[in-house]
Amino acid sequence: MSDAGMDRRAFVGDLVAACLAAGGPVLLGVVRMAEAQGTDPGAYDASEHYYGIGIDVAKCIGCARCVAACKIENDVPLEPTYFNTWIERYVLRTNGDVEVESPNGGLDGFPPIRREGEVLRTFFVPKLCNHCANPPCVQVCPVGATFITRDGVVLVDDSYCIGCRYCIQACPYGARYMHPEKHVADKCTFCYHRLVKGLVPACVEVCPTNARVFGEVEKRVTPLARFLRFNDIQVLKPNLNTQPKAYYANLDGEVR
Amino acid sequence: MQGYIYPNEFELQWGLLIVLYPYITGLVAGAFILASLERVFNVREVQPTYRLALLTALAFLLVAPLPLQAHLGHPERSYEIFMTPNKRSAMAMFGFVYAWYLTVVLLLEIWFDYRRDFVRWARESRGIRRWLYYGLTLGATDVSPRAVAFDESAGRWITVIGIPSAFLLHGYVGFIFGSIKANPWWSSVLMPVVFLFSAMVSGIALVLFLYMLTTMFRWRKIDMTCLEKLAQFLFYALVVDFSLEALDFIHRLYEAEESIQILAQMVENRLFLSLIVLQLLFGTLIPLGLLAVFSPGLRKGGFVRASAELKQLVFLTSAVLIQIGIFSIRWNVVIGGQLFSKSLRGLTVYKAQLLGIEGIGVTLALLALPFVILWVLVKIMPPWSDEPAETGSNAPEQPATA
Amino acid sequence: MPQQVPRLIAVFVIAIGTLVLARRFLVPETFGEFGHYRGAAVDSIAARPVKFAGRQACAPCHGSIDAQRLAGHHRDLACEICHGPAASHASAPLSGKPEIRRERALCLLCHAFDPSRPTGFPQVDSVTHNTRIPCMTCHAPHAPEPPVTPRECSACHGGIDRQKAVSHHATLRCTTCHDAPESHRQNPRAVLPTKPTDRAFCGGCHSGMPPGGLIPQVDLERHGQPYLCWQCHYPHFPEAGI
Repeated sequence: MSDAGMDRRAFVGDLVAACLAAGGPVLLGVVRMAEAQGTDPGAYDASEHYYGIGIDVAKCIGCARCVAACKIENDVPLEPTYFNTWIERYVLRTNGDVEVESPNGGLDGFPPIRREGEVLRTFFVPKLCNHCANPPCVQVCPVGATFITRDGVVLVDDSYCIGCRYCIQACPYGARYMHPEKHVADKCTFCYHRLVKGLVPACVEVCPTNARVFGEVEKRVTPLARFLRFNDIQVLKPNLNTQPKAYYANLDGEVR
Repeated sequence: MQGYIYPNEFELQWGLLIVLYPYITGLVAGAFILASLERVFNVREVQPTYRLALLTALAFLLVAPLPLQAHLGHPERSYEIFMTPNKRSAMAMFGFVYAWYLTVVLLLEIWFDYRRDFVRWARESRGIRRWLYYGLTLGATDVSPRAVAFDESAGRWITVIGIPSAFLLHGYVGFIFGSIKANPWWSSVLMPVVFLFSAMVSGIALVLFLYMLTTMFRWRKIDMTCLEKLAQFLFYALVVDFSLEALDFIHRLYEAEESIQILAQMVENRLFLSLIVLQLLFGTLIPLGLLAVFSPGLRKGGFVRASAELKQLVFLTSAVLIQIGIFSIRWNVVIGGQLFSKSLRGLTVYKAQLLGIEGIGVTLALLALPFVILWVLVKIMPPWSDEPAETGSNAPEQPATA
Repeated sequence: MPQQVPRLIAVFVIAIGTLVLARRFLVPETFGEFGHYRGAAVDSIAARPVKFAGRQACAPCHGSIDAQRLAGHHRDLACEICHGPAASHASAPLSGKPEIRRERALCLLCHAFDPSRPTGFPQVDSVTHNTRIPCMTCHAPHAPEPPVTPRECSACHGGIDRQKAVSHHATLRCTTCHDAPESHRQNPRAVLPTKPTDRAFCGGCHSGMPPGGLIPQVDLERHGQPYLCWQCHYPHFPEAGI
C-alpha cells in the first residue's frame, strides 16, 4: 500500500538529482527555452495544418473537467449561460421519451435521474463548436469578423465584430454566445493560442478518459486519423451540410 | 423554460428592436409601392395620397436603421459594414440596399417631384426658409416647361426602378430570416415573398390611416373615391398576404419535418396570443371580413350600402387592426424564431424590458420618431395640393402623360 | 442637358468619392491577407496566454511521479486535471504552486457511481464506499490500484449489483454465472470474466424442474427459439412473470 507521502519524497528526490546534475539555473533555463521555442511565430505554419476533433461518446464519464478547464483557459464568463463546450446528459426512457439536461453545462454535476418511468439507456455527450468546413456563421457575418483560418479553425475577431449576433442565430449547434463584457460574439477557438505552441486544446488536455481526440484531419498518422479509421463516425445535423469537423463515435440518433 | 435548450440559448439575442426593424422597413416599402401605383400604373384615384405616401416612406426609412444601430454590441463599428462587406452575408447588403433605396429611389423621386415647388417656395419665403428651399433645389432653379417636363419623366423612370427596389428592400429583409437554415421557423423560401406582401398591406394601411387623419385635422373633406380605392387595394394585398401565410403554414404542417412538434408546441403555448389571436383573428380575418363587405374589392360599392361616415369608420378600424396584426407578424417571426431551442427539445421565454436600450420605452420612442419626422417634413414641404395659391403640383403632369 | 443633371451628378460624385476615400483610411491594413478577415486577428488570438501547461511540462522536474503515473491506471490523465492549471508554475517553478487536493470530492468527480457513465468505468457508491476516509488512504492517486481485491464485484460494478439486488436473481452470487480470474481485478479491461454461452446454462435452473415452484420453468426446445436467453431477458434484472 502506498501513500501520498511517498510522492512528496519522490519529488524531493527528483529535484535534488536534477540540481546535482545540471544546477538550478540550467533547469530553469531548459523550461524557459522550451517555452520560447513554442511562442516563436516563425515556427508555426498554418498552411501545414488542418484541425478537427474526435469525440467518443462511449468514453465520456460526464466529469465536466473539460468545461472547467475551458472556462479557465479561455476566460469564459462563469455565468451558466456562456459555454465554449458543455456536457449534455441523455436519458432515454423505455416509452420513447428523451430527457436531456445540461445544468450549468455539467460543471456542478448532474441531478439524480428522476424515478418515474423506466430507463432504457443513459449517457453523456460533450458538445462544442463543430468548426464546420462550411460554417453558416462565417457565411452570415456582415463584416468578416468571424472567419475560418487556413488551418481550419473558426475564430472571432473581437476587435472587429460589431455585435449584430447574426452568427449566433445562424449556428445550428448553439455554440456561440454574446460575451457580456466584450459585447462581441464569442465561441470555442480550439484553443488556437495553444495549437500554435504545439499544445492540444485545454478540454482535450484534461479529458481523463481520452473521450476527446484532437489532431489533423488530413494527415494519416495522427491520433485523430486513427480515431476516424477505427470508429463509425457521425456528425451533428448532417442534413444542414455544415460539414462539421467535430467527429462523433458511438453517437445516438437522439443527439442533436 | 421547458424541456432542454442549449446552455448558450438562455439569452435571447434579438429583442423588441429587431421586431421593429422589419416592421418599419415594411411600412417604407408598402408606402412606396402605393405611391408608385399612381405614377406608373396611372391609378388616378389615389393621387391625393401620392406625396403623403412618399414623405411617409422617407420618414420611416430614416428611422429604419436606428433600431439596428441601437441593438449592436459595438454601434461605433457599424461603418465596417460599408468598408468590408461580406458579399456572402445577407445582412452586409443592408447598407447598400438601404443607401440605394434612400438616395437613388426615394430622395431622387421626392426631389424631382418637389423641385419646382422648392423654387417657388424659395421665391415666396424670407430669411432662413428662403435659404433652406434654395439649398434643397441644389441650385437647379430652372422651372421652364422643358425643365419641369424633364422632372416628370425622370420621376417616372425612377418610380419604375423604385418598384423592384422596394421589393428588394423588403424582400431581402425576409431573406435575412429565410436564409437561416439552422432555424426551421425562419428557414423558408416563402419568407421574402410573405414579407413583401405583408409590407404592402402595412404600407397601404398606414397611408390610409395617415390620409384620413391629416385630412380630418385640416378640416378638409375626405375624397371617398380615393379612400375606397385604397381600401380596395388593401383588400387585395391582404388576400394575397393571407394566402401566402396560409400556404407557408399548410406546407409546414404537411411536410411535418423533425421540427414540427416543437413548433406546434410553441404556437400553442408561447405564441397563442400573438399569432392566433392578434395576427390571425384581429390582424387578418376581421379586417378581411370588414373590407370584403364594405370595400369595392369584390363588388362595386361593397356588399352593404353604407354611409360615407360608416365606411370611413370601418376602413380606419381595419387599418388600425392591420397595423396590430402586421406588428404581430414581425413579433412572431423574430421572437418566435428564438423561443424554441435549436436542439428542438425545449422552449424558452422572452421578457421584454421596460427600460434600457432594448426596452419598451426605446421601442415606443422609435415608433413615434417617424411621425415626428413626418410632421417636420410636412411643415417644410406640404404634400397637399389644395393649399390656396397652389398651382397644382399635378397640373403639369397632364402634358407629360398625354 | 437639363440643369438638374449636372447638379445631381455632382452630389453623387461627392458621396461616392467620400465612400471611396473613407475606405482607404478605414479598412484595416491586414484585411484580406488570407481571406475576408483581418489577418492580424489570427496573431492576436494566437498570442493569448496559456493557462494549462500540458502534461509534457511536468515530467522534466517531476520525473519519478510521472513515471509512476505512466505505469498505472492513471496513465492517460494529465497532471492538471487534479492539480489545476499550472502554466505559471511551469514558467516560474518557485511561484504559483499548483493545488494539491486531498478531499474525496475530487476523486468522486470521476469515480462516483453514475448510471450515465459507460459500463466498466471504475465507480464506487460514495454513500457506502468507506465514507469519511480520504480516497488516497487506500488508493495512491498517481498509481491507483483497487485495494487488494474487492470482496464483492460491486466495488466496480455497482450499477449491476444494485439492480441484481432488487431482482429475482438477488440471491445468486456473481460467480454463479461468471468466472472472474484474480487478474481481472488488477487489469479489469484486459482480463475479462467469463459469461454463459448457451441456452442450456439458463436451462440448468429454468428447465427440467416440476412447474409451480419458485423458479419459472420453460420448455427449452420450444421457448423463444432461436434466440439466446439474454437476447430477450436481462440476466441482472430478469423481467418477471414469464
